[in-house]
Amino acid sequence: MTGAASVIGIVVLLPILASVPATAESSDERVRALAAELRCVVCQNQSLLDSDADLAKDMRALIRERVEAGDPDEAIVDFLVERYGDFILLQPPFKPATWFLWLGPLAFLLLALALARTRIRRARSHRNDPDDPGAS
Amino acid sequence: MTGEIGLFALILAFGVALFQGTVPLIGAARGDANLMAVSDISSVVLCGLVTIAIVMLGHGYVTSDFSLLNVWQNSHTLKPLIYKISGVWGNHEGSLVLWVLILAIYGAALAVFGRQVPPALRARALAIQGLIAAGFLAFSIFTSNPFARLIPIPAEGMGLNPILQDPGLAFHPPCLYMGYVGLSVAFSFAIAGLLGKEIDSTWAKLARPWVLLAWCFLTAGIALGSWWAYYELGWGGWWFWDPVENASFIPWLIATALLHSLRVAEKRDTLKAWTLLLCITGFSLSLLGTFLVRSGAITSVHTFASDPARGLFILAFLAAVTGGAFALFAVRAPRIRAEGLFEPVSREGALLLNNVFFGAAAATVLLGTLYPIFMEVAGSPPVSVGPPYYNAVFLPIAIPAIVLAAMGPAIPWKRADLPGVLHRMRFAAVCAVGAAVLTGVLQRDPVPMALAGYGLAAFLAAGTVRQWLARLRPARSPRRLLRRVRNLPASAHGMTLAHLGVAVLVVGVTASSTARVDVEQVMHPGEALSLAGHTIEFAGVEDVDGPNYTALQGRFLVTGPGGSATTLLPERRAYLASGTATTEAAILETFVGDIYVVLGDPVADGGWGTRLTFNPLIWWIWGGAFLSVLGGAVSIAERTRPRMYAAGAQPASVQPA
Repeated sequence: MTGAASVIGIVVLLPILASVPATAESSDERVRALAAELRCVVCQNQSLLDSDADLAKDMRALIRERVEAGDPDEAIVDFLVERYGDFILLQPPFKPATWFLWLGPLAFLLLALALARTRIRRARSHRNDPDDPGAS
Repeated sequence: MTGEIGLFALILAFGVALFQGTVPLIGAARGDANLMAVSDISSVVLCGLVTIAIVMLGHGYVTSDFSLLNVWQNSHTLKPLIYKISGVWGNHEGSLVLWVLILAIYGAALAVFGRQVPPALRARALAIQGLIAAGFLAFSIFTSNPFARLIPIPAEGMGLNPILQDPGLAFHPPCLYMGYVGLSVAFSFAIAGLLGKEIDSTWAKLARPWVLLAWCFLTAGIALGSWWAYYELGWGGWWFWDPVENASFIPWLIATALLHSLRVAEKRDTLKAWTLLLCITGFSLSLLGTFLVRSGAITSVHTFASDPARGLFILAFLAAVTGGAFALFAVRAPRIRAEGLFEPVSREGALLLNNVFFGAAAATVLLGTLYPIFMEVAGSPPVSVGPPYYNAVFLPIAIPAIVLAAMGPAIPWKRADLPGVLHRMRFAAVCAVGAAVLTGVLQRDPVPMALAGYGLAAFLAAGTVRQWLARLRPARSPRRLLRRVRNLPASAHGMTLAHLGVAVLVVGVTASSTARVDVEQVMHPGEALSLAGHTIEFAGVEDVDGPNYTALQGRFLVTGPGGSATTLLPERRAYLASGTATTEAAILETFVGDIYVVLGDPVADGGWGTRLTFNPLIWWIWGGAFLSVLGGAVSIAERTRPRMYAAGAQPASVQPA
């Protein structure tokens, strides 16, 4: 069944490919990538990249300065987090206060799968059993 | 005077809604046909009364009657007529009246067009609609009276948030509300079915067109909102994972899950409790979205009213509706009998897996939306949950869901052999590889996400088309083929279109997120640069006057690869009434993508900040959404069989194919 194998290959490969992050090379790309991950702290819900606010412009300029000075991304982000707190990160950090935020989606998926599994088991074994709690 | 008529109509409507919410329930419980029939008449009367109210409010806006507090706060004599009208729902009080009007329209539609729905089920469903309407009318009358008077009467209004003065606003909220509120019909059907203990495949068949209708409007509303954000907000993006966007996206995810599980309930008379749960959850999340937006718990351009009293009212209403519904479900659901048996690898199994993905996705988006509020309540330092978070957690759920969408239609009901299913997917797999290879060849340095995105889209499109053709296959002559096309159920065509729409959307999303080009720089008049094969020359900036604003208008001459020339005129506007400023992007739409131009600030040496963006294939996003809505609309046309409604209704699977 080479056909089946190739279909399985596709089904597995595509999601893996989609999860490989793109790498930014030029300093321009790095500034844009960094600004997209940081919040404009005076705006309602905009990244530094999208915002037209003066503060956002200043901060983009600051990031550009540090990128051109050769600072690694982590150092620039750490510097900004020190000044503005985790609030500035559009992608919240993984720490005790955000464990549930990050692990929640996986938990939801597993929970839903478990529910579906019990449902399928029931669909295979019982037939028209009115006393079975939660049948259907 | 008109204001008083409007308020009086609202109060009368409240009374009618209470009547509609109680009497038919008693009638249904006693089996009294006359009391049940009351529901039809009162639904139509309710709709008429709320229509009067909104017309009166609209009259206030069109005639700029500033003795109405609401009109004074949100309108202005200089506003163009269309924005005076759309101003009716561009604010908290007015949008609430629109909400109730749409609820009443659905009720009246169910009363008038729902003749095949058996009387008891219809009476109960309309009674639930009436109770919901009563709750919202009370909310409107007691906390958000749109007809409050103002003395002395001011000479001029305060205007409307200029960002909301846009054709998109005229259509986006009504459309979205049609979706949001449409889920109330699914909810009412679920509660009515639970009350009457009549949940079977016929119930599912009767509920389906209403769910589809709501889903179509919700999808269209979200797509319109995204399009509006794209051209109005001037950031070049189309989805921001803004809390308010999420508030509409979460019910959409549930509604989509519901559509799929309803199919199982209808065809195989099973997964019914699961389906009911989705009906209840979908509408509850619509209410939760309304609460989030209205209470000021989250801030965004959509939050017109940030008033704790109102938030409290909605929260109490939400608790009553959801709590009551889940309690009823807990009591009645265990008695629902499952009829159809199925194996894990089967259409039922695939649709159940679809529900798993969509349910988990909805819970995920809800978690991300509420988390900052949790943190605030817990007194922790604030966190932001932005697009990078959603991209990280949402894509791993969305991608397998897309793979499943491609394969699901190739899986037979009840029991399927996996090798056979995979065999049927060979063509799609070849297309996926082809698309990925083509991407690799055409783009010198493709990002992995581009390969995956185009591959996925091709897999879904090819799988969908192949399955559609397979259902037509052994037709030798064009005439027989045509007959087979006509004989396929409408839902088969609808599903094909809807899934193709998703494939088109995936292409648009992939292109715009992997191949977008942004150039941000200072340009001087006369300067030109090239972007995606177009030459863009900056000619300068001049002052222009609009009806209720003044603007700086940039002039950009765009020359396409074929020599075609266009002038783009982005603006920076200052609105006279409110003094607020907006940025108006100018967009050149081409087949391969949009040239998106934004004018920035002047620089000391006579230059201007500019942002030029090439958004490849971005219109495929809205085109895909349009195809999906079209698919949903086609599916609605599927005939429902009224005579099937009997105590011993046959499972749909035994009817001749």
